[in-house]
Amino acid sequence: MRVNVQWLRDWVDLETDAQTLADELTTAGLEVDAVLPVAGPLDGVVASRIVELGAHPQADRLSVCVVDDGEARHEVVCGAPNAAVGLTVPYARVGTRLPGGQLVEAAEFRGVMSDGMLCSGRELELSDDASGLMVLDAQAPPGTPLADWLALDDAVLDIDLTPNRGDCFSVIGVAREIAAFGKREMHAPVLEPVPPRIDATFSVELENASACPRFAGRVIRGLETGGRSPDWMQERLRRAGLRPIHPVVDVTNYVMLELGQPLHAYRLDKLSGRIIVRSAKSGEPLTLLDGNEVELDEGTLVIADESGAIGLAGIMGGAGTGVDENTEHVFLESAFFAPEAIIGRARRHGLQTDASTRFERGVDPSGQERAIERATELLVAICGGEAGPVSVAESVPDVPKPAPVRLRRRRLEMLLGMELEPAAVEAALRRLEMDPRRNDDGWSVRPPPFRFDIAIEEDLVEEVGRMVGYDNVPARPGASPTRLGTATEKHVDADAVSDLLVARGYSEVITYSFIDELTQQEVDPEGGTVRLANPIASDMNVMRSTLWPGLLDVAARNMARQQPGQRVFEIGARFAEAADGIRETATVAGLALGRHWPEHWDLDARDVDFFDVKADVEALLKLTRLNAQFRIEADRNPALHPGQSARITSQHRTVGWLGSLHPGLQQRFELRKRAILFSLELDALLDADVPVSRGISKFPAVRRDIAVVVDEDLAVQSLVELVRANAGASLESMVVFDLYRGEGIGENRKSIGMGLILRDKSRTLTDGDADRTVQSVARSLEQEFGARIRTQQTDTGS
Amino acid sequence: MSSIAQLLEQAEAAVDSAQDLEQLDRVRVEFLGRKGAFTVRLRELGALPPEERPAAGQAINEAKQALVRSIETRRAALDAARIDAELAAQTIDVTLPGRGQPPGQLHPVTRTLRRMVGILRQAGFEVHTGPEVEDDFHNFTALNIPENHPARAMHDTFYLESGLLLRTHTSPVQIRSMLAHGAPIRIIVPGRVYRCDSDLTHTPMFTQIEGLAVDRDISFANLKSLLYEFVSSFFERDAKLRFRPSYFPFTEPSAEVDVLSESGDWLEILGCGMVHPNVLRNCGVDPARFSGYAFGMGVDRLAMLRYGVKDLRSFFDNDTRFLRQFA
Repeated sequence: MRVNVQWLRDWVDLETDAQTLADELTTAGLEVDAVLPVAGPLDGVVASRIVELGAHPQADRLSVCVVDDGEARHEVVCGAPNAAVGLTVPYARVGTRLPGGQLVEAAEFRGVMSDGMLCSGRELELSDDASGLMVLDAQAPPGTPLADWLALDDAVLDIDLTPNRGDCFSVIGVAREIAAFGKREMHAPVLEPVPPRIDATFSVELENASACPRFAGRVIRGLETGGRSPDWMQERLRRAGLRPIHPVVDVTNYVMLELGQPLHAYRLDKLSGRIIVRSAKSGEPLTLLDGNEVELDEGTLVIADESGAIGLAGIMGGAGTGVDENTEHVFLESAFFAPEAIIGRARRHGLQTDASTRFERGVDPSGQERAIERATELLVAICGGEAGPVSVAESVPDVPKPAPVRLRRRRLEMLLGMELEPAAVEAALRRLEMDPRRNDDGWSVRPPPFRFDIAIEEDLVEEVGRMVGYDNVPARPGASPTRLGTATEKHVDADAVSDLLVARGYSEVITYSFIDELTQQEVDPEGGTVRLANPIASDMNVMRSTLWPGLLDVAARNMARQQPGQRVFEIGARFAEAADGIRETATVAGLALGRHWPEHWDLDARDVDFFDVKADVEALLKLTRLNAQFRIEADRNPALHPGQSARITSQHRTVGWLGSLHPGLQQRFELRKRAILFSLELDALLDADVPVSRGISKFPAVRRDIAVVVDEDLAVQSLVELVRANAGASLESMVVFDLYRGEGIGENRKSIGMGLILRDKSRTLTDGDADRTVQSVARSLEQEFGARIRTQQTDTGS
Repeated sequence: MSSIAQLLEQAEAAVDSAQDLEQLDRVRVEFLGRKGAFTVRLRELGALPPEERPAAGQAINEAKQALVRSIETRRAALDAARIDAELAAQTIDVTLPGRGQPPGQLHPVTRTLRRMVGILRQAGFEVHTGPEVEDDFHNFTALNIPENHPARAMHDTFYLESGLLLRTHTSPVQIRSMLAHGAPIRIIVPGRVYRCDSDLTHTPMFTQIEGLAVDRDISFANLKSLLYEFVSSFFERDAKLRFRPSYFPFTEPSAEVDVLSESGDWLEILGCGMVHPNVLRNCGVDPARFSGYAFGMGVDRLAMLRYGVKDLRSFFDNDTRFLRQFA
């Protein structure tokens, strides 16, 4: 909300400058986002009166005005259509620099010298209006600097109000805070009721009295039309961010800004019968002031007359009964609507109005008469007219009455963590117009009617804390917790996963959890679609079922930035539909592409391949120390190259994938190099085995190498597993040290060299022992896979 | 006698001029071998009168020993020179770059989050996590944000077509953890959160960390102390904090906290407050017996402040050149 300092000074003793005031309000909880000047520099711009007006001899669209600036008369060429003799307008003398930077010089316009310039609102940056000259009050004495006439020595505070402080959506509300927080005196302008001069009233019936328990109304007849609001009022509206329209609307807006009570003016002769405040009928139509046609439902409160709905209560009036600059007779509404009856209704129709903002948060239920008197006073002063009596329709039991709230001293001191003198607490509460009554263990506090945020003890604790000043609450360490969590080794910390990948050359990235639906379907056609109802962009419309698109996108963009080799990973959730909602799977996914090694004087320039990344995946699995329970086996994945794709399982459950990107997707993502991808469920890595030390055999190891020739399509892992199964307890470890294809072993065959390291815990193995083991292994390989044993080598190693 | 001295002189000259071990060995054989000059002289001793033999013998032996010492010294010198030459031939340029895979790096947001978690763990907070897709109850209702509450407008919420939503803050985990574990409780909750908002200072996804401590007699003063310690530790300086009254439906009293930057500006870094009794009640915790505080911080924002990152969006561009700055 925007409020200017001058207006606040009408209400509260205030010597403070704007910036200090802003800091003070911020500390009080009314966060001031900005302190803004109300106008640019306007030195040299004065009020002037047009005393003569003639046509320009050379140009139809220009006129030549003679203006009186209090000191002299000046001939000024002017293009504004509203220039007229007698009009008081801003005149920029020669030599003036306008706020936009333009220097006003004596200049010739098609043969006529112009001695200065008459200005529009836009040229002075006082409004957006460039349609004609800015018009000032006729009383403005020529020669008065515009900055003085408009009292531009002011500042606007842009306050970011929290939703609980609806009472501060007004000058009076902010002034109250300034008074309370800075221990200053309020001096509200005296409001004299405007005595009725006519008897006219208009009947109001509260059909839904719980939603609208108070409705003050007043008829005003015989307004002069075609007038304008005085400069001072227009200026205050402008500084609050509102555009002056015509006096009736301006006055209702002005009073709303000042007192926080939204008002509405109806065109009296368009009202039929009486006003009824009621719930809308389902499907009832209404054309609003802004031209929108809405269809209502029963949850919406309307102002109706006997013809039907004529306004959305507390939100916006209807077009049919709206006032304009020619309206002579009006009916003013100053009502209290219960917040619950207004909350959410405006948004339902895509609206948010100054009225709804205030009613949703709560308007002082005792302030209707004061507002309508204030509006009458202003309106009659500007437009004349005769006011009828204020009539109030009221359902007393439905008017909210602030209930006393208990405040216990001990609880107050415990929650804030400080000792407080009772007198100080009471003084703080009184400054907030609360009424503390002492009792046995503290106080009973009755909040003022304009506060809708004081319902429980904690609300009062906050108010006392606020008045004491949060900065004056001491910082006291709490009791140290004595329970320590378990530093478990039975889980692999996700941090360990990222640390490992970082050590292996990967950079961590963070990509959005929502991605493009089409991309997702291409990468993960079976992943399902968790669509957003309100995506922020059309290409961020589904929750990702895979992390790969994000990584591919990063790779593509970095490749475009000429990065020759990339290794990236991300840890985050994947999303999928599940029977009971959405299943989120914490996942680590990685991508490597381009050069394997950095460019180097002694490393080859080869690109990264499947087995480089497989080593990274195996290292991740090894974090669990249960890596033997994982299997990596050939299987197809739509995103991966059909011949270079592997499923990772743990105890028969798929926990991840590893492979080369499918060439089709490589093209789709415009990658010049083949990317290698992996993805692993983090949960699969979480179960870890706590190490148990087993002692070290002091006997020497025996190594036997064996080379076997098998069919090309036999997975080496099958050989390894068979060897492990048949080598007996003395097999300490084994390695695959050779892979050979080509001459001497036949078509579609390969030779695999395996080294077996044998060792016994309790004795030195003999050659005979080792030979027996190798023979048993060789026999099983022959039987199971038709393997041909190519060579056997003995090497008694260390 | 002088001939022995001359011989020794001659032999030592030969030793000194030997350029390698082979030459040296030849010198040794020439003078000390079975037919060597000294051996011959010793053999000739028998020709001397007996009374002269001991003196002459001693002179020859002394000269021989002197020569042996010289040869040994020379041998050691030649050995050392040979090793030096061999090693010199093995010299490498130690300034060439090392071979292997250089490490990558954590994302700056993760780096920041880890520090935050590390600091708060010292204060006895345990890490809890929760789902990113939430329901209305956990994200709003249980946190004292009923339907139609104006505070909901502060959260530009992403909804799924099913009506579930993307959590707008990590606070739903307060609810889940208190429902599961009750009080006392002392947790921190890091995680991704989502708001339907995108401009210079907002991204639709960001990382938050939430803290919750519920126990007997927990006060706002305790909260102030914890946050002061935390911020000072995070920025590695004695932090100046400003607590401003604010409003969150799930805390009362509520505050926003600014830290005084080194350039003298107040920068907002977190929101906090005393857990609202309705929230405790919604989680089955009796507010008459327990009180608590909660706080929430944008990790991205703290990362920006800590590392001087100017544009929030660079965290999600994942430009290698940006990420490498955090290696």
